[in-house]
Amino acid sequence: MAMWFARSRNLVSSLRQNLGLSAILIKRNHSSPRPVFTNYQLSSKVFLDPSTSFRHESTAVESQPDLVQQSDHEDDAQELDFPGGKVGYTSEIKFIPESSSRRIPCYRVLNEHGKIISDSDFIPVSEKLAVRMYEQMATLQVMDHIFYEAQRQGRISFYLTSVGEEAINIASAAALSPEDVVLPQYREPGVLLWRGFTLEEFANQCFGNKADYGKGRQMPIHYGSNQHNYFTVSSPIATQLPQAAGVGYALKMEKKNACAVTFIGDGGTSEGDFHAGLNFAAVMEAPVVFICRNNGWAISTHISEQFRSDGIVVKGQAYGIRSIRVDGNDALAVYSAVRSAREMAVTEQRPVLIEAMTYRVGHHSTSDDSTKYREADEIQYWKMSRNPVNRFKKWVEDNGWWSEEDESKLRSITRKQLLQAIQAAEKWEKQPLTELFNDVYDVKTKNLEEQEVGLKALVEKQPQDYPTGFHI
Amino acid sequence: HKYLFIFTEEINFTAILTSPSISPLRHSPWGKKMAARIHGGAGAGAATALSTFNPKKLVAPSRTNLPAARSSKRCIVAAAGSDASKSLRVGHSQKLIANAAVATKAETSATTGTGHELLLFEALQEGLEEEMDRDPHVCVMGEDVGHYGGSYKVTKGLADKFGDLRVLDTPICENAFTGMGIGAAMTGLRPVIEGMNMGFLLLAFNQISNNCGMLHYTSGGQFTIPVVIRGPGGVGRQLGAEHSQRLESYFQSIPGIQMVACSTPYNAKGLMKAAIRSENPVILFEHVLLYNLKEKIPDEEYICNLEEAEMVRPGEHITILTYSRMRYHVMQAAKTLVNKGYDPEVIDIRSLKPFDLYTIGNSVKKTHRVLIVEECMRTGGIGASLTAAINENFHDYLDAPVMCLSSQDVPTPYAGTLEEWTVVQPAQIVTAVEQLCQ
Repeated sequence: MAMWFARSRNLVSSLRQNLGLSAILIKRNHSSPRPVFTNYQLSSKVFLDPSTSFRHESTAVESQPDLVQQSDHEDDAQELDFPGGKVGYTSEIKFIPESSSRRIPCYRVLNEHGKIISDSDFIPVSEKLAVRMYEQMATLQVMDHIFYEAQRQGRISFYLTSVGEEAINIASAAALSPEDVVLPQYREPGVLLWRGFTLEEFANQCFGNKADYGKGRQMPIHYGSNQHNYFTVSSPIATQLPQAAGVGYALKMEKKNACAVTFIGDGGTSEGDFHAGLNFAAVMEAPVVFICRNNGWAISTHISEQFRSDGIVVKGQAYGIRSIRVDGNDALAVYSAVRSAREMAVTEQRPVLIEAMTYRVGHHSTSDDSTKYREADEIQYWKMSRNPVNRFKKWVEDNGWWSEEDESKLRSITRKQLLQAIQAAEKWEKQPLTELFNDVYDVKTKNLEEQEVGLKALVEKQPQDYPTGFHI
Repeated sequence: HKYLFIFTEEINFTAILTSPSISPLRHSPWGKKMAARIHGGAGAGAATALSTFNPKKLVAPSRTNLPAARSSKRCIVAAAGSDASKSLRVGHSQKLIANAAVATKAETSATTGTGHELLLFEALQEGLEEEMDRDPHVCVMGEDVGHYGGSYKVTKGLADKFGDLRVLDTPICENAFTGMGIGAAMTGLRPVIEGMNMGFLLLAFNQISNNCGMLHYTSGGQFTIPVVIRGPGGVGRQLGAEHSQRLESYFQSIPGIQMVACSTPYNAKGLMKAAIRSENPVILFEHVLLYNLKEKIPDEEYICNLEEAEMVRPGEHITILTYSRMRYHVMQAAKTLVNKGYDPEVIDIRSLKPFDLYTIGNSVKKTHRVLIVEECMRTGGIGASLTAAINENFHDYLDAPVMCLSSQDVPTPYAGTLEEWTVVQPAQIVTAVEQLCQ
């Protein structure tokens, strides 16, 4: 390989001599070579040794590594004009490596024992906020557990847990303002929980009863609430990403002090809509925060089979989008990252990409048994030793803001509330037949009216063929 | 509610961000406010946090924010007539929004006139412009719709008038800009999404079917999606198979959308306006070969009903149902038929989903014979659905089976003669009427 390069260089230089080109073209930059980092990062503070003083911007700028290594052969003075701008040229044939020598580091504030890493950057969280965040994370855990059990008992048809991703759910929600429009994928009920959706409302949607805001039209966990600025979950993966670009566009047009926030999993980034959504948001300069929950699994597909890049964070720069990798199981880190990203998105009118590293402790859904494709030990490890809720709990407890008594009280009250909510939701009557035909259009069309009349007549004629409790 | 109060106290963006959202984050008042809060109320445990948290420091230098020493400013591609509007810098969007805000209301044409003549694409443009004047939420997005004016010039002049943000040039990704339009619609805008050719909207099928048509229903009515998806379709002049698609047959099954097809400058403008005002997602089918039709249309404002069919020529002997370009083939055949002594009733169905069975039904009850002339393929086209609907609803009134003339189930060939044979011609229509009226 090296030989071929050497040969080509000689070829080139001999060519030049033969063609009698001016000396300017062969001029080389003889300045000292730049550091050969190929990483790029957003905060030098994580990258450098914590003991160094690194609060000077100049240091930060100097040590910033570049994606493209500057080599001896690059001619700074000479630039080529192409559509898209001026670009320097190099006579050295060099491919950008398929991956950097080092993976993009992960922003983290709390260590595994719930202690703040010294000299971390983070936005401080007050006692009230921290306690609320913890309570919500614990509530989400209880909710997931109880609803999952309800599905297993046959009371609801389907459920999806967010076990292991409580920090992402709650901390990101806590970092947003209520006007920020959220476009979820499906593993973010915590965001809705934070915004005030009650346990009863969750239960109603899962049972598809008359009180459900979705009017019984969607599967369980497909929550949606325009009051809470939470778009209804739609099953196809990644369709929400271009829509988020559209929401950002609308907010930009209306000059609102808000951004769009959308979630996607690691698997969802393989969809074409991921590329489309990010590219559009970047070109439109739309205020969108893309949060990717990289939890390692897309049903049974491990991320090693999903993409060959260093996760999702490296894809941001490909679209001209600022990005960061954060430890998704660290609630404080997630909070700071989302808060900063939101700030950037709104004030600078640009999209931001956050890759939150985490692990999907639960099965993909109640239709999945993940022990079939991964080790039970692996699941246990993440469940016990890398539990985001416990980690945050330790920090909150260390601050003296939470006690074991609070814990048991919260869990038992929440559990009781949930069981009551489920019982009530189960008993609540289902939607009447008219709701089958409503909301297809704003006003029912003739053919729908006919179809409704036809169906009503059928049900009235043969009520024994229809389930009890089925009413018109 | 206790927690809600705390929540708003903590995240207090409105107090912090006073300037419009475009100003770059230079000095961070937000960081300073955080500092005040820390010193004021931190508990013992909130240890080694920074005294200021300057978000600007979080970002490594990029080409756009590096100090001037490294002169790698992006080249501004200066297009004729648009100076800074193509710039990629942050100030760009501010200028565009301001541009939109000062767009003057178009003077409504004097109502004393007897009408004005224009081409179909101009009628579409007029309708679109009037709606954009009327409602600031109406916006346009698609490929080359901005300063280029659209590949068929339907959006000509709009970007100059309303700004680059409101008439948005998108990258090439139909699924993306359709999805974007849906997201924007759910947030309160009324986007008009242009597919450069209807055939390309097959790439947007996922968004159109799974989201556009469905989200109003699955959200329980919480979110409306008042988008208009429009573009040219149909068989043109030797454009090849991929550019000669009849998407109406693919889309007709999608619940939650409405479909209309325009055929004259009058109904083009009227349907465009009605579609924009509708709360439902509407797909407006234009035809590549009809853009240059000329007609005199009223000066006064008018809209066409989205669900109504248009009576083109009343008659007694036979009902001919058609839409879009085939209307003209039918009318040409009608001339011949009249000379031969027939009296055909020609109806341009216009509303492809749902069908205007009222107008159609009345006609069938009068003539007892139906001929459908369409450009769709035989299998699964609009004609197939219409035949079924008529048979179901008006069977008793028919003296003969419903006949449907459509294109064959073949991709549209390029060669001129082959292409001509794949589209229903007036001679075929005459023969079919003669057959039906025996």
